Formats: sequence, structure tokens, C-alpha cells
Amino acid sequence: MTTNANMIDVNNISFHYGDRYVLEDVSFSVPKGAFVGLVGPNGSGKSTLIKIILGLLKPQKGQVQLLGNKVNKFQQWCKVGYVSQKANSFNSGFPATVFEVVSMGLTSKLGLFRFMNSTHKQAVADALALVGMEEYSESNIGELSGGQQQRVFIARALVSDPDFLILDEPTVGVDSGSTSEFYNLLGKLNKENGITLLLVTHDIGTITDKVTHVACLNRTLHFHGETEEFEQFNESDLSDFYGHHVHVLNHDHGHGGV
Amino acid sequence: MIEAIWKFEFLQNAFLAGILIGIIAPLLGVFLVVRRQALIADALSHITLAGIAASLLMGKYVTSWQAVNPVYMGMGFSAVGSLFIEQLRKVYKHFEELAIPITLSGGIGLGVVFISLADGFNSDLFNYLFGSVIAISRGDLLAVSVITFVVLVVVIMLYKELFFLSFDEEHAIVSGIRGKWIHIVFILIVAFVIAVSMQIVGVLLVSALMTLPVAASIRVAKGFKQTIFLSIIIGECSVIGGLVLAYYLDIAPGGTIVLLSAIILVLILLFKRWKQGKS
Repeated sequence: MTTNANMIDVNNISFHYGDRYVLEDVSFSVPKGAFVGLVGPNGSGKSTLIKIILGLLKPQKGQVQLLGNKVNKFQQWCKVGYVSQKANSFNSGFPATVFEVVSMGLTSKLGLFRFMNSTHKQAVADALALVGMEEYSESNIGELSGGQQQRVFIARALVSDPDFLILDEPTVGVDSGSTSEFYNLLGKLNKENGITLLLVTHDIGTITDKVTHVACLNRTLHFHGETEEFEQFNESDLSDFYGHHVHVLNHDHGHGGV
Repeated sequence: MIEAIWKFEFLQNAFLAGILIGIIAPLLGVFLVVRRQALIADALSHITLAGIAASLLMGKYVTSWQAVNPVYMGMGFSAVGSLFIEQLRKVYKHFEELAIPITLSGGIGLGVVFISLADGFNSDLFNYLFGSVIAISRGDLLAVSVITFVVLVVVIMLYKELFFLSFDEEHAIVSGIRGKWIHIVFILIVAFVIAVSMQIVGVLLVSALMTLPVAASIRVAKGFKQTIFLSIIIGECSVIGGLVLAYYLDIAPGGTIVLLSAIILVLILLFKRWKQGKS
């Protein structure tokens, strides 16, 4: 048990299928209160890394610590909120209300053979209010737009009051207007509610004004540091990394100490 | 008719067993339908028939076996079949639905072989094909009651896990739910419910009682709990209405029950269309 303040520590992770290395010697950390953007092109190993962080895949080398505990011994999964890439690929005809969907987030916190009481119901209502979806509580999930559904899935991840959230390409299949609104919501959750976030995306431009740290992954880690440093990161370096030209949007903003 | 129910024990058995099955068949049916596994009920009912045929065949050679209710062997076959389906779904990860035709045809094949070994159909077997209300004994009613109790306890206790697994299996497992065990428990109770429901509606119609009420309620209900309650109400209307109609019109109860639930389904679809047209 280490006593650092990092939510997630990734130490020297390597992962390969046969001879093909998907990840090579990747190390980075997510400090408490940070909003880390993990960016990289398709096939850069982002999803593999997330699976390793969640303990779904075992790396050949290196280890992951969650809240200072080795991931293979980690038990407190209710402290980890996860919004997967496929969250909104559910069967849209599924008969479940928004309230019922968010309640699912309490399943493992409650444990087997336990039922929701009024405190839990209040937690669901609070999580919905946090993402601005309280008025849709009794709507069927399939009737909502992609952006609204994504907010509901964030609420589901938040309802168990996790220490940090992992979001794996949450805006896939969401229109661009809703996407920027969605990033605003994440920025607010991080700044105002102090929720630590790890956001995986291939969409490098739109997040630089929201995140506090950036990690660039393409098999190896090309950059990891605070966003200000990243903005000075040469555009040509970035093109090398992505394999094509990329514009980094320079947003004019002052960084508060998060 | 009320008078007749007081008078004849077989009518009491039929109504009580029917009311219980009208709760548990649609209840489990909701979970099967939302997981796109509605056809599992068909596969398991055919395996159950093979078990019943096997039991009747054994009774032919071992006289003492005749005292054993064939439904028990049907349940056994159905349980083994359900575990087999679960295993096949893992083997054919990308073709999960293949598990159903494999089990279904295996069940029919086995059933036909047992039937031919027992020198063809007898009236007992015929009852299981189409359901026979008259054949329901106090022992059968007891079996249905026990299974109903078990199903209700399992579904209430594992409700939130079953719901989460049905909605998004991968995510449920990531958040620490032991999906594998819950699946096995669930498929086992499905197998038992099919075996006991067969006596009322028969092999060929049992899956209808699990899916038609759900197909109707899913069109109008808000949310999952409401879908469950509405499915059970439609299931009960079909069972009770079907038994009453069958009594007065002197027609086959199993078929009447299923037809009635199909009629309710069509009415709900028409109602929905009319409502949409108006708004």
C-alpha cells in the first residue's frame, strides 16, 4: 500500500499479442482531482490500456495500481466509475426508464440480496440532477437522443459516488453539438465537483481547454504532462505521432490551480 | 362453472396451476425477450419432451418407474439442456443464436427416438404435446407451487443483477457482478418453469406463454418493472380467460390460452397504432 495521492498509477506496462506489441513500456499516473485526456489515433492501444487498468486484461510486463492497490487485488470496484465506448450501443428498444438505468450503477455497491432504500433513490435523483437530466427520470432510455443517453450513462457511473471516472471514447456516435456540451459537462464535474477523470479520445483538438493533463499514446507514451506544456509541444511532433497533420486549438484561458 | 370448480378437484388443480404459471412464465419471459433469447424457451421445451418420452419409455420396462411423475425427468433433461445451451453460447461466441437450433434439433431427435422405442405415441405423451388440464394431479400442483416459490425468490433476490446483466452484460461484469453464476441460476429456473408449464399449454405452446405477453406489454409499458407487471397481467388474463372459454366451448385449453394471448397482443398493437395516429 503506497500513500501517494494518485488515483491511477500505470507502471511500465507492456502488452503484446505474439510478436506484435500493442503497448510498450507505458507509464503514467492520474493524480487526484486531475482531468487527464488520454489521446491517440485508432489502433494506438488506448482501449487495451483501459482494459488493463480495469483488470480485464493482464499485461505481460508492468503493473497497474488503483487507489494505491494492485489491480489484481483490487476489490472496491464501486469506487471506479466507467463509461464504455459501447455504452450507447445497447438495444434501444430496451424497456428501461432513465431512473432504472442510473440505478444499475448502484448494483455492485449494494451487493447481492440487498435492495434500494430512499437514500439510494435520492442518490439516483442527485446523479441525474448533476448531469442535468432530472426531468427525464421516467422516460424510456431509448426515446432520448445520443447526447442525452450519454449523460445518463455518466449519471450511472457517478451514482455510486466513485473516486474517479474512466470514460472510453464516450462521444462516439454523438453529434458534434452535443459533443461539445458533453465536454463542458465533464469540465464542470471536474472543476466544480472535484471528480477525477480519465478521458480516452482520439479527438485531440476539442479537449485541450478542458483537461488538466494530456497523455499521448501510440504504442509508447509520446507525451505526458500538464496541458500548458502540451500546447507548446511542437505541431510537427504531433503530426509524427498521429501520422498526419494535426491542429492543436490554442484556447485562451487561464489555468487555475487544480 | 364456479360450482364445478368446487366440485371437481381436477378443475381446482388446473386453475391454481394455471394462475401460478401465468405469473412465472411471463416474468422469466421478460428477461429472455430483452436479452433476445426468446427462442431458448422453444429449445428447452423440446428437450423437456425428450425427457418425458424417456421417462415413459422407462416405465414400460421398469414397472416401479411408472409411479414417478414424468415431469421430473423432463425437468432433469431441461436443466441439462439449459447448461448445454449456456456452454454452446460460449463456444460460438459470435454466433450465440446457434445454440438454440442445435439444442432444439437435438431435443426433437432424442424425443422421436425415445417415442419410437416406446412403440409410438400413447395418450400420455399426446397430453404433453398440447397440454392437458385434466391430467394435472395434486402432485403436479405441488411441483408447480414449489417452482413458483423458487422462481419468485430468485428473481426478487437477484433482480438488480439480472436487470443489469440483461441491459449491458459487459459493463455489469466490469462493475464486479458475477455474471457466470447468475446466468446459470437463471437458465436453470427457466428450464424448471418450462417443464412445469408444459402440462397446461404443452410443448408446442409453452414458449408462447413466455413471449406473447411480453411482446404485447413491451409496446406500451414505461420502464422495466412496468413491463414485468403488465406481462404478468396479460399472462393471467390469457390463462384464466383461456381456461374459462375452453370449459364452456369444450375446446383445447392450451391452444385457447395461447390464442387469447395472441389476440391481446394484436389488440394492443392496434391500440398503439390508433394512439400514434391520433397524436
